[in-house]
Order: sequence, then structure tokens, then C-alpha cells
Amino acid sequence: MAFEGLADRLQDTIKKITGKGKVSEQDVKEMTREVRLALLEADVNFKVVKDLIKRIKERAVGQEVMESLTPGQQVIKVVKEELTELMGGVQSKIAVADRSPTVIMMVGLQGAGKTTTTGKLANHLRKKHNRSPLLVACDVYRPAAIKQLETLGEQLSMPVFSMGTEANPVDIAQKAMEQAKEEHNDYVIIDTAGRLHVDSDLMEELEQIKATVKPDEIFLVVDAMTGQDAVNVAESFNEQLDISGVVLTKLDGDTRGGAALSIKAVTDKPIKFAGMGEKLDQLEPFHPERMASRILGMGDVLSLIEKAQTNVDEKQAKELEEKMRTMSFTFDDFLEQMGQVKNMGPLEDLMAMIPGANKMKGLKNAQIDEKQLSHVEAIIQSMTKQERKDPSLMNASRKKRIAKGSGTSVSQVNRLLKQFDEMKKMMKQMTNMQKGKKGKGMKFPFM
Amino acid sequence: MGFMEKFKNTFKQNDREDVSAKYKEGMKKTRNSFSGKINDLIARYRKVDEDFFEELEEVLISADVGVMTVMDLIDELKMEVKRRNIKDSSEVKDVISEQLVEIYYGEDNEEIEEINLQENDLSIILVVGVNGVGKTTSIGKLAHQLKQQGKNVVLAAGDTFRAGAIEQLEVWGERAGVDVIKQNAGSDPAAVIFDGIKAAKSRNADVLICDTAGRLQNKVNLMNELAKVKRVIEREVPGAPHEVLLVLDATTGQNALSQAKTFSEATDVSGIVLTKLDGTAKGGIVLAIRHELNIPVKYVGLGEQIEDLQKFDANAFVYGLFADMLEEQAE
Ligand SMILES: Nc1nc2c(ncn2[C@@H]2O[C@H](COP(=O)(O)OP(=O)(O)O)[C@@H](O)[C@H]2O)c(=O)[nH]1
Ligand SMILES: [Mg+2]
Repeated sequence: MAFEGLADRLQDTIKKITGKGKVSEQDVKEMTREVRLALLEADVNFKVVKDLIKRIKERAVGQEVMESLTPGQQVIKVVKEELTELMGGVQSKIAVADRSPTVIMMVGLQGAGKTTTTGKLANHLRKKHNRSPLLVACDVYRPAAIKQLETLGEQLSMPVFSMGTEANPVDIAQKAMEQAKEEHNDYVIIDTAGRLHVDSDLMEELEQIKATVKPDEIFLVVDAMTGQDAVNVAESFNEQLDISGVVLTKLDGDTRGGAALSIKAVTDKPIKFAGMGEKLDQLEPFHPERMASRILGMGDVLSLIEKAQTNVDEKQAKELEEKMRTMSFTFDDFLEQMGQVKNMGPLEDLMAMIPGANKMKGLKNAQIDEKQLSHVEAIIQSMTKQERKDPSLMNASRKKRIAKGSGTSVSQVNRLLKQFDEMKKMMKQMTNMQKGKKGKGMKFPFM
Repeated sequence: MGFMEKFKNTFKQNDREDVSAKYKEGMKKTRNSFSGKINDLIARYRKVDEDFFEELEEVLISADVGVMTVMDLIDELKMEVKRRNIKDSSEVKDVISEQLVEIYYGEDNEEIEEINLQENDLSIILVVGVNGVGKTTSIGKLAHQLKQQGKNVVLAAGDTFRAGAIEQLEVWGERAGVDVIKQNAGSDPAAVIFDGIKAAKSRNADVLICDTAGRLQNKVNLMNELAKVKRVIEREVPGAPHEVLLVLDATTGQNALSQAKTFSEATDVSGIVLTKLDGTAKGGIVLAIRHELNIPVKYVGLGEQIEDLQKFDANAFVYGLFADMLEEQAE
């Protein structure tokens, strides 16, 4: 379900202001109210929201927003800066111990995705760092959890250490260390059973494993869909184990992922990786700034462009970015993008990243199918060259002609036009925001 | 009779002390924090003013009750408070619980939603949900419960994708003492379910429970695959599936609403299993789901053991949330 993004939420207030030409404190109040709702709907913890809103209000009543010609955009900018600041920079480094092996412990609630992430990390370490990890099956509780890790080990052709379900997890971890030393594995990744942060016996077990293997990293694995409880979970695990980082899983879903913000706020530990799918190569470094856009419902333009990079050459991409910025993005570009996007993999993943795409009925995340896409395609193809460049030419008779030519209805044409317009505005906002930021921070990957 | 007394009496009359005891145990942490917060709030505020409502809003939001649901609720509360001319915060308690219960039940029906099983014929239950919410575990628990009731149960290992998923269901089958129909990992889930139906029929089973692979609701292909599984069931047994249970993790926030909506579109969900209520998460989103999509919760998961599945009883659920308040009032 696509909740309204911040930009949508601010529309009404902004319209009002544009009429008046002046921003009052009341306007700012209304805007921060919308910001608050947007953050809460994104599952950011209410306490974290409270702190953020306080800071945003302070900045917003100042010159930055009230004296700006584009107060709505300024608010978004301020919010995004605050969010980005809170989340910190990209930190996807994994520790390397002075003396091999480096030990990583995976911890978290039931069903968070620890075992899959264990496999993904192992794969990452081998592929990106040329390491040879040993996977350790310490989940003796969940039925077939060991089997799951062993299967992943097989798929990766990597060794898995297990002692069955009768052994004590602390012993398993200990023995695994011995084997890793003998076999010269340079990394040991310990998969532990999921547990509730309030289960003191099982939390104690983790402390014992920690004391035994002295891990160089303890990753807390958290489901990106987690709600308000994320703070309790993260706080408990961190207090009891002093975690070193977080892996956020299932980010390929359509959740806003506000839990990321909550976790960072209460633990102040970096979120290092993002799980982006069920396959073992779908682990990516976590990009805080992109997450900020996502939480605000502004689409993940950067990831999209990065993904496109492999399919589009640099010049094309630069042109696209320029077009997005200057709003000269035309229906022809759109069509071309659609074509390229089609070659890039699962459409729904990509569409979810396009700002405004969740508002485009025909392209709504959950409903992308070839048929609907071909409607959009047909509509655009029925437009003249001029119309594709300049949708403002559109009048009733043109629309009728297009509808007829594409085998759709005038209302379908109208919808596409309206949505295209919204999308363009969003793109401009996004890219301006990226540009406006000097020095550190985000850049388009091809610039 | 005041609302609260009526409420308490319901429990006495129906001899539900048992049920509520189990809920109270399982939801101790939930209750402590949730009603604890409301009590705290009421103790601190004597006047019902804007600040009071703002904080009440936070209490509800921290329970993952949907943001819009909370906003609506607060608006209604404000109106109620005005209408009844309530000035004192302690009187607001009644109104809060009343409204919460009403959100769940709507105006009319106030009964426990039983799962729909055929009297003398095969019943098919399809279990769906995103990854890791507790589908397989809940199936194990449910199979055990039905078996205890003397039913002949068969399970179909429809999760052919996740590593170890079939073996996991097999362990639960052993624990519950029921047969598991499976194929190799990687095979077509619809084919496994088809086999399951055939086996259930030939064994004269009462209930077939179909496990499926976890999938995120925005993956169109995977949702289509699920719709196909459901079509196979519909084709093979007219009137089936008799239940489509969506498993939701109580830890999930607002996205649960999206899950309920999209899974319903694909498989016409008839009930929810709300798992992991033994943690500190409140699962308040089920209020929003019931309110907006009218899907009832049928079971709750309260732990990892085979016995840790309870029929959802909204009265007991709310009673669990508000137990402190009720008891305090009785004193
Ligand atoms: N604490 C707790 N854990 C649960 C509950 N239900 C399931 N789990 C755990 O959640 C994890 C994922 O469950 P599983 O059944 O494999 O989920 P599936 O992927 O949806 O089939 C397992 O570790 C289960 O033991 C519950 O009600 N409470
Ligand atoms: Mg499963």
C-alpha cells in the first residue's frame, strides 16, 4: 500500500503558501505536522520522530524555510538533511582481525533473516575480498535450521560446521573455532538461533558465545518491516552484546523502512548492509541517504540510476539526469527508459524506485504486468512527436485521437498525463536536492 | 452497567478466565508497557486537554496501531469527550476501551471467528505470508491442535524454495503426528499442493494444510504463483480453500496493512494468524487491518512450542491489553 510520501503530503500546504507568497509560523506548523505523519507512517519510532520534529521546527521557522521562495522544497530539504545526518555515511567495511580467523556473530529476532544473511555475507567476503569463510550452525532450536545453513553452504560450495541439535551452541562455536584454525579459514560466521530480546536465558547464551569466540563483529539482523518495537529490540541486543553493526533485511519489499532510523538513533551503530532479495548475491552496502529518501517516500532514484548504469552508457545517464533536473524529460525519454528498464530485471523492483511511480496507477508497484505497461506504451506511441515533447499541447481532440489510436480511453490518457507531470516534478525535486548538497554526501555514481 | 463491568462479566459468564489467563501470561510484556503507559498517562494528566490527546496518540502509535486509525480514533474520542462533557482524565478510560473495541468489531458482530471447517468432508487451509513470519511453525501448531480434536490432518510442503523448508515442515509433521506430502526442493509448488489434495482425498483426511514459501507482496511473479496455487485448489475441490490464513508477525509495523491488502487481492484472505505476541511488540496493526479491510484475526502465536497457538478472542485480546486498568478499577 503506497502511503503518501512527504512531497505529496506537503502539496496542500504549499499551494496555500504559493497563493499568499509568504510563509507564516502557522504554515510551518502545518508542514511539520505533515512531516510528523509521514515519518510515523514510515514506522520511525515516535520518540525519534519527536526529536527530529523539534530540530526541524527550529530550522524551519528560521530563515532557511520562511524566507525561501520554495518553502515546500526547503522543508523537504531540511527534513532530508536531518534524516541523513542521523543515519551517518556509508559504512560497509567488515572488520579484519589481526590474527586470523576474523569472527562474525549473527544475532536477532526469529525470522529476521539471519541464516540467509549469513550465506550472503560469506558470498560477499569471498567475491569481494577473496576470503574463505567457515559457516557455523549454532541454531539448534528451530527445526531444520542446520539443514538450511548446510544447503546454503552447498550452494556456495563452502564448508559448514555443525554438531547436530543435541550439542550446546557455546560448544559448537568453540569447536568451530578450532576447526577454522586447522583448516585455515580466514573468516568464521556464526549463525545463531532467533530469539526474543526479552528471553533472558537465550540472551545469556549469546553472551556466552561472545565470551567464548570473542567476535570481531556482531551483526544485529533486523527486518526492514519492523514497526515501533524496533527500538526495544535494537536497544536490548545492543545493551547486552554491544553489537558492532546492523544488517537490514527484506528491503526489496515495499516498506518505507523507518525502523532503520529508529535503530540508528538508539544504538548509534552503523547499518552496514541491506538485504535486497532471497538470492545469495542480493546483499548491498547500505546507503543512508537513499534510505532517507525512501522513508520520505521519494523514490530511490539513485539506486535506479546505479542499476541503470550497467545497462545505459555514461553519456546517456548524464543526459537523463540533466533532463530530470531541468524537467525536459519527455515521453520519448520515458518510453526509452521503459525499454531499458525492461532489460534490467524484475520490473517491480525497478518501478518501486521511480519517484511518483507508486502514484501511477498503471505502474503501481503491485500491479505491473506486461498488459498494463503495454497500455502506457501504446498511449505514448499514439502521440505525435510534438506531443511527446510538450504535453501541454494536449487538448480534448488530441486526447480523443490518442485514446482511439492506443485502444484505451480518454481517462486513461488523462491519468497518464497527470502522473507523468507529477513524476517530472518529483524528479526535479530529487535531483535538485542532490545537486544542492556540496562536499560530502551523495553524488550520482557516474559523476 | 458501566462498560467495564459489562466487559468483566462477559468473562465471568463465559468462563473465559482460562483463556484470558493464557493471554495475560503471553502478553504480559505487551500489557505492562501498553496499559501501563495509558495508566501513567491518566495519572499524570488530570485535565483532558490537547497535551493529553497528543500523548494518548503516542501511546497508541507505539502499539503499532495504524497511524490513520489512531488519528481517526483520537478525533472520535475528542468528540465523545465533548459530547459527554468529560473533564477528568480518569473517566476517559472507559471511552478509550470502548472505541478500541468498536474499531475491531465494528458496530454489530462481537463473536469469536472460528475457522471454517467442513463437517464431513475434506477442508483445505492455505497458509500465506511474507518471509519469516511464522507460517510453517503456525502450521505445525495448528496441525497439532486439530489432531488433538481427533481430526485426520495432512500437510503439504508447498515451500519448495527456501533451503530446509521441507525438512522443517517434516519435523513439525513428526511432532504433531501427521503426514507430510512433499516433492523435491525446487519443484512447482502447485504440483506439490495437487499431490497433497490427492493424498488427502485418498486417505480420507479431514483437513489439508498447505504451506507456501514466504514472499514479499510487491513481487508480482511470486504473487501470481500463489494465485495459481489457489486456483489449483479451487479446481480440485469445489468450495476450497475453506480458509486462507495470512500469517503476520506482530513485530511488523505499518507494512502489515500492505501485506493484508495485497495478499487478499491475490488469494482472498479469510483470516489472520498474528505471531510472536510473546515478544514486546503489540501487533496493534490488526486493529487497522480489521477496520480497513475487515479481515478478522483467527489465531495468535504466543511462542515457539507446539502448544503456543491460541484462538484469537478479541475480548481476551483487549482484556489483555487493558487488564491492569480493569483490575485497578475493580479495587
Ligand atoms: N517467539 C515466537 N517465535 C515464533 C512464533 N512463531 C514462529 N516463530 C519463529 O519465527 C521463526 C520463523 O518461523 P517460520 O515458521 O520458519 O516462518 P515462515 O518462514 O513464515 O515459515 C522461527 O524461528 C520460529 O520459531 C511465535 O509465535 N513466537
Ligand atoms: Mg516456512
